[in-house]
Amino acid sequence: MRSRIQTAWVTGLAAALFTFVLWPVVDRPVQANAVDAQDYASPLEVLLSPDGARLYVLCQQSEEIRVLDAGSYAVIGKIPVGRVPRGFSLSPDGTRLFVTNSWDDTLSVIDTNALAVAATWPVGAEPSSVVEDLAGKRLFVANRVSNDVAVLDARTGVEEKRLLAGRGVSYLALSPDGSRIYATHVYPNMLPRRTGLENRMAPESEITVIDVARAVVVDRMPLHAIAGVFHVALSADGRLGVVAELHPKNLVPLAHLEHGGAFEDTITLFGADVGKTVEVPLDELERYASQPFGVAIAPDKSRIYVTSGGSEMVTVVDVPRLLRYIHAHPRPFVQDLSASANYVVTRIAVGHNPRGLTLSRDGRRLFVANRLEDTVSVIDTRSNRVASTITLDGPKTISVLRHGEQTFYTARYSFQGQIGCSSCHIDSTFDGMTWDLEPDGFGRDIVDNKLLEDIKDTEPYKWTGTNPDIPTECGPRTEKYFWRSETYDNLTLAHLAVYVRSLPPRPNRWRLPNGELAPAQERGKALFERTVDKFGNPIAEANRCSYCHSGPKGTNQKIFEVGTRKPTDNTGRLKSAPLSNIALSAPYLHDGSARTLEEIWTVYNPDDKHGRTNDLTKDELNDLIEYLRTR
Amino acid sequence: MKKSALKKIWIGAMLAAFVPLAFAAPQAPPSRVQKPHAAQAASSAPQMPRYRFENFTTANGLPDNHVFAVLVDGDRVWAGTEDGLAVYENHAWKIYTTKDGLAHRAVLSLALDKRTGDVWAGTMGGLSRISGGRIDSYTQLNSGLSNDVVYGVSVEGENVWVATAAGGCRLNTRTGQWALYNERNTPMIEIWTYGVSATPTKVYYAVWGSGILEYDQQTRRWDKYEDPDGENEMVLFKDQGLIHEIVTSVSYVDNILWVATYFGDSRYDGRYWHNFLTKDSGLPSNFTNFVKGLDSKRAWFCTDKGLAYYDGVNWAVYRPSLTTGKPEMTVRDAQGKVTPVAVSTAPAHNYVLGIDFQGDDIWVATAKGLSHGFRQP
Repeated sequence: MRSRIQTAWVTGLAAALFTFVLWPVVDRPVQANAVDAQDYASPLEVLLSPDGARLYVLCQQSEEIRVLDAGSYAVIGKIPVGRVPRGFSLSPDGTRLFVTNSWDDTLSVIDTNALAVAATWPVGAEPSSVVEDLAGKRLFVANRVSNDVAVLDARTGVEEKRLLAGRGVSYLALSPDGSRIYATHVYPNMLPRRTGLENRMAPESEITVIDVARAVVVDRMPLHAIAGVFHVALSADGRLGVVAELHPKNLVPLAHLEHGGAFEDTITLFGADVGKTVEVPLDELERYASQPFGVAIAPDKSRIYVTSGGSEMVTVVDVPRLLRYIHAHPRPFVQDLSASANYVVTRIAVGHNPRGLTLSRDGRRLFVANRLEDTVSVIDTRSNRVASTITLDGPKTISVLRHGEQTFYTARYSFQGQIGCSSCHIDSTFDGMTWDLEPDGFGRDIVDNKLLEDIKDTEPYKWTGTNPDIPTECGPRTEKYFWRSETYDNLTLAHLAVYVRSLPPRPNRWRLPNGELAPAQERGKALFERTVDKFGNPIAEANRCSYCHSGPKGTNQKIFEVGTRKPTDNTGRLKSAPLSNIALSAPYLHDGSARTLEEIWTVYNPDDKHGRTNDLTKDELNDLIEYLRTR
Repeated sequence: MKKSALKKIWIGAMLAAFVPLAFAAPQAPPSRVQKPHAAQAASSAPQMPRYRFENFTTANGLPDNHVFAVLVDGDRVWAGTEDGLAVYENHAWKIYTTKDGLAHRAVLSLALDKRTGDVWAGTMGGLSRISGGRIDSYTQLNSGLSNDVVYGVSVEGENVWVATAAGGCRLNTRTGQWALYNERNTPMIEIWTYGVSATPTKVYYAVWGSGILEYDQQTRRWDKYEDPDGENEMVLFKDQGLIHEIVTSVSYVDNILWVATYFGDSRYDGRYWHNFLTKDSGLPSNFTNFVKGLDSKRAWFCTDKGLAYYDGVNWAVYRPSLTTGKPEMTVRDAQGKVTPVAVSTAPAHNYVLGIDFQGDDIWVATAKGLSHGFRQP
């Protein structure tokens, strides 16, 4: 993506890191070609035109739509779109292609006859997918950051309203009869404040059901213990729906990977064929389908296809066998790793980080976008083999960043291929969860999973600041505690570190377009920077917001005790957390006990140890929070 | 009448000059109550809507008989009770409690976002949003809400306006930003807000002991209306301004502001006030909990002595008799003639707290149950 990673910046960063930071751990020359990141296409989603003649490929990194002949796979056109496109769909008649541009909060409307953008409409924060109703009257857009589905006039793009969806809503599917839209979300919903084991709850997610005619939410199908729900698909008869999802086991130490104690990779079925929602595993003993993402149901409902971004494969599920199994056995199934043998037909190896997929109308060809390989696998569904691989003419060599990103997204390094970095850092961000990470006993040192963006130059790492740099964070610590299996070679670790350090912050949605602060934000900034409390008493340096959270990233990188230690914590000394895009990454505090920014001070700062705040009125605290959201 | 220094001076002068006249001013003629007779009522009394009431209590599905608020959403009816939020749909009640995420068991106020179908519930412990069966709750600890006691809520576009025991709030559901309104940034003296009515042009707050607060959406300015007689219980001049400082409810419809207080009610058209007291209207009591305007002429008043309907000229009162408890309906015409109408049903209790409309039917929240009034031909 051209604006995300600038050419010179990437090259310079890589050189500097290898020279000054990673030099000690690199024991052989780096062979990777320093190709610019923008040269890669990074295909994320694929679509076929209604007549099956064209294959549309959403290329996230090159920020364009590639149009291929679906027979010869020859390139017909390349259509530039907005920043970091994430989702797309066709109008029912195929004449318009809608593309969500997640970093500039717009929707590109492509005229498929002219193969050009006909309009660009503003939408909500981080639009991630879009569907049009069958009547062509309304568009529904899932906005990941604003957690809502916007309803737009399909002709003018004028927004009619927004519907509350799950947290991080990102994927939509229209039922075949056009009456319902099903929406999924990548971060778990915030739960009510708990007592007792307050930060050790299983996550809760939902499938949001929208009545298309009325454009209102009519149901929310609960997904218990699910965090990270991706694509959703429906059968042609509308009787069976399926979502791809992650089932984290955050209540036991993540270090227990050898006991299967990290994630289940599952799908949930819904609809008339199954009655209540039912979750079934894709994993099997010693073989995991890590990070399920894309789902498709064969036109005759004989198969479900699921991509696993971490395992680099497509899992093929026999639907009749699955339904028989579900109806013949008592629920739940999710903990039974022998279950999948009853309905998984095969697993087909594809390219790096497979994501979106689509079936031809006759169901004989399955197209899979291999995001980190710049290819599209074409699978013959009768033989369940990759019949051909479409290359998108990306660089022939693997750049440092690309190799680091592949390492970040793959699960191959972990024990039995269970997890990768991106299992918890969804799309290189976070997962909205608290985890029991270390093997120090159940329930000790619960930690919140932090946002990865913009972490360069904010060392030391970990909440306690005990890891001095990213190679330590990603290397020995990860290998010892998480992967429990293969270690990175030094070159791979170096590339991974380069990639993690390169992650920029997303655009801040709370700042005004002109860069100035709104009045409430301005008042909050003054409170953030104050040195005297409301009674005229000086505030000690270490008790000022602006001291610990100083600098452009909001951290002075020092260790403090801020009064948030819990009885289950081994220490209360914590590194001051960076503030970049802090509004996105709830819950807060080291253990995620504060569900909102407000609770940091209304609940967990009784003695003013986490900044002098108890002299503030409620509206002043609101102002302070409005300012923090602009960071 | 907007309060200002000039007005105060003017009022003082007028008081000195006209108090004797005011006390001597003619009063409305005393009511003349006749014996109930349906045929007679039909022939001589104004035709006012009649209802057959069916009452819901804990005996048939309500979680509690104290019903603070009622809200109609198409075929669904929501009841805010002292022990949970109940929704009536397909002839069955479903109950939401704190276990479902409700902010508090006592639900004081309800509002519908007609665009999205979401219901907003003001409770004794915060503000809850019920959307597609999911409840998200906002409190003074986890959000920018100024106070957990939410007496009133009103939805206008993407904004949710809230009346709390510590001032007003506005939540922008698109941005998640809260704006607080209190004595520091509005002309509010007391911060005990009891009700709110929000529209695209104006927002009105009912402020306990501080009259009415008005927010102009275009100019973004606040103004206020107070009782020209201050905190005195007496009314020196009829219709000179807001009837009383202790305002419990406001309803702004068709550019008309309907106001309920514990000492009478008011109607304000932007220039003139018209006040209603038991002595000169068909109000069954000056103690009014809630008012809901239907349009510029018609309104319903929920009092401690029954439910009253005003059609712009005539009044009707629906209640169990204050003496016998038997169902009672009376009609008062423009001349003050009161005619009983024979009825066989009445709202569940005289102490009425809320009302909403389902086509021609009414739903009434009372201190001892929820009543469904089926409009009779």
